[in-house]
Amino acid sequence: MNYALLVQGAPYSQQAAHSALRFAHALIVRGHTLGTVFFYHDGVYNASRLAAPPQDEPHLVEAWRQLHEDHGTSLLVCIAAALRRGIIDEREARRHGKEGYTLEAPFELTGLGQLIDVHTSHDRLVTFSP
Amino acid sequence: MSDTTNHPMLVVLRHAPHGSSWLREGLDVALVGAALGKTVNLLFLGDGVLALRSGQQHGPLGQKGTHPTLDMLEMYDIDTLLVDSEALTQRGLTVADLQLPASPVEAVSLPELFAQHSPIYSF
Repeated sequence: MNYALLVQGAPYSQQAAHSALRFAHALIVRGHTLGTVFFYHDGVYNASRLAAPPQDEPHLVEAWRQLHEDHGTSLLVCIAAALRRGIIDEREARRHGKEGYTLEAPFELTGLGQLIDVHTSHDRLVTFSP
Repeated sequence: MSDTTNHPMLVVLRHAPHGSSWLREGLDVALVGAALGKTVNLLFLGDGVLALRSGQQHGPLGQKGTHPTLDMLEMYDIDTLLVDSEALTQRGLTVADLQLPASPVEAVSLPELFAQHSPIYSF
């Protein structure tokens, strides 16, 4: 089956993102496909390219990126939720006159409409909230 | 997978206004779903019933508040508002205290309600 995950918890603050990642790996091991992970609410912080966790802790941003590299999983981030939290890609940073940027590929800023579309393009949508 | 393509979408709102962005971001999902042509129903559960309480104002925190969004629901053809009747009672409220007409639902009917909707988004 083709799965999509909705992640709404910030990394390191709460369990939601860690659980989502473990679920992601488990379903791939079982032979399922993970088509999309959609980050919303505080889940958008999972996309911060500037995250620098201690070396003896799991690097969540890196783990999401690895999912994309190994399995082609789309990493979609709600633009409205992200921008107001300072999660912003190079293009939006320019548009808003900001010097730095915090989000880069393979994460993509996208609209909430994509979350609605996920339902038609995947067999299951599983939500991970704090 | 059973065919759920004709099921209405359900947005479950479980948080009170003002204390967090859960309610606002949940309502945003409902509005976008409706704008994309989905039939969207709302279920206010637990503290979420407070979202419907009439007489709300903008808070001192500079938040927009969610009560103006509730007034827009009709424009988006979102007219099925379901409210957790036990949560209302626990908070000393009745449907007469609410900003919009809402249908009370009992906890026992929730499994069937969830089975009739797809997708379900919970906030």
